[in-house]
Amino acid sequence: MTSKTATIYDWVDERLGLSELAAFARHKTVPVHAQSFWYYWGGISLFLFLVQCFTGVLLLVYFRPGAESYESVRQITFVMHFGWLIRSAHAWSANLMMFSILVHMFSVFFMKAYRKPREFGWLSGMALLGLASVFGFSGYLLPMDELSYFATKVGLEIPAAIPLIGPTIANMLRGGPDVSEFTVQRFFALHVVVLPALFLPLLGFHLWLVQKHGNAAPPSEEAKPLSARKTMPFMPNFLRKDLAMWLISLNILALLASVFPWALGKAFDPLAPAPTGIHPEWYFMSPFEMLKLLGAFLPGAVGEIAGILLFTIGIVLWVLIPFYDSTSASGKRGRAAHYFGIVAVALLLATTAIGYWTIR
Amino acid sequence: MSSHIVLEDPKTQPVEEGETKTRRAFLLAAGAAGLCYTAALAYPIYRYLASPEEMASNATAVTEVSLKDAQKLPAGSVLMFKFGTAPAMLIHHQDGTWASLSAVCTHLGCTVQYESQLDRVHCACHGGVYNAYTGANVSGPPPKPLKRFKVAVNEGAVDVSRT
Repeated sequence: MTSKTATIYDWVDERLGLSELAAFARHKTVPVHAQSFWYYWGGISLFLFLVQCFTGVLLLVYFRPGAESYESVRQITFVMHFGWLIRSAHAWSANLMMFSILVHMFSVFFMKAYRKPREFGWLSGMALLGLASVFGFSGYLLPMDELSYFATKVGLEIPAAIPLIGPTIANMLRGGPDVSEFTVQRFFALHVVVLPALFLPLLGFHLWLVQKHGNAAPPSEEAKPLSARKTMPFMPNFLRKDLAMWLISLNILALLASVFPWALGKAFDPLAPAPTGIHPEWYFMSPFEMLKLLGAFLPGAVGEIAGILLFTIGIVLWVLIPFYDSTSASGKRGRAAHYFGIVAVALLLATTAIGYWTIR
Repeated sequence: MSSHIVLEDPKTQPVEEGETKTRRAFLLAAGAAGLCYTAALAYPIYRYLASPEEMASNATAVTEVSLKDAQKLPAGSVLMFKFGTAPAMLIHHQDGTWASLSAVCTHLGCTVQYESQLDRVHCACHGGVYNAYTGANVSGPPPKPLKRFKVAVNEGAVDVSRT
């Protein structure tokens, strides 16, 4: 450093404490073991979220919510230069982000990284996943084509099935008894203002916790003596690998977005019948199929309510896992949690497969 | 990281120059590749954001506008219309003559107005005044005259074109 830059650095350092941060970064390490690969998925999710922010703002430049939303998306896709690519990148990145968040969640689950002192990391992560699903659901309506219209119609039947208060909730979300331009307008407000305002501070909290507690080592590593455990420095070794993963993600995204551009369906028409073969996005396929299967045993409103009840219980059990599998890694509870995870993954995969298998 | 140390190692001194060369070549190639990558990302984004500007520049290429039924415009009044993308005026003077001027003030771009009582063109933003026949800047801050268009009054329309 020349003396001038050193002076500037000292001036800023005195006021912001940069050298403390630098010292913290120097001492940060990441465990190295057979499962280290799974540590990248949180970073990949973060990167794809940043892509969402960036492409989302670009779409915002031309998108007009309300009655004109289909026309404006048509304009973005077919009139503006490279608009199709920006829109395709936003849609693909949303799907990839959902995927990497799920991978991240299951890897945290099976590495038991939710245990003390990381309970808040797990809870905030689950909240982020919940918000990401609402992001996906609300964003899906915005182009107002046939698919978004029916997806929203069907999706809002789920809160509508809640006894007593359900219909009011559904009407509040819809802005009326049916999906219309009012629905797009409020989903738009949700998608670009309310959800980011909730998501960003929660994400900050989540990332701060990762810095505070560091990466969790799986039980198999914890069993080893301290001298037998390997680590690598975060700066620059892990960071470099992290950034390489981001670059790979960006390349995959660019490839998918340009080779398989996201389609825009026909403009929605409340009088047109649902197109054949219509089905939810893959990340909603499993609950959709579970409700369908349950409906075969318990027809009518009973089945719907039973389904929602079962989901709620399952999700609550999943979210609360750090509290009943808190200490023992190989004890009875630890194994029970492990089996719970395997059952959950198997159920998700099986119902998703059945869902795609039975598309008519 | 450790490559610095290797280069400074006295034992590798004889090959240092060659290694520095390949290292420099590698860094240059990597830098160039990075630049190409960034450009490939930035280009679609630039074109996307510049789309309306391109559409507008297509519109500014317009050289003639036909104003249907404008020949019926009463004397002492004005018709505002769009010439390409910018506002313009067709003025029918009390003496029966016609004039067409750009309506964009040459000072800071406000839209000017024709005042029939004073038979002048006035800009409300900073008080610029133009001659309503020639477009010449008469008083106030405007540095240049308003652009003047050619007017041809026909049977069913008034045709305005660039001179």
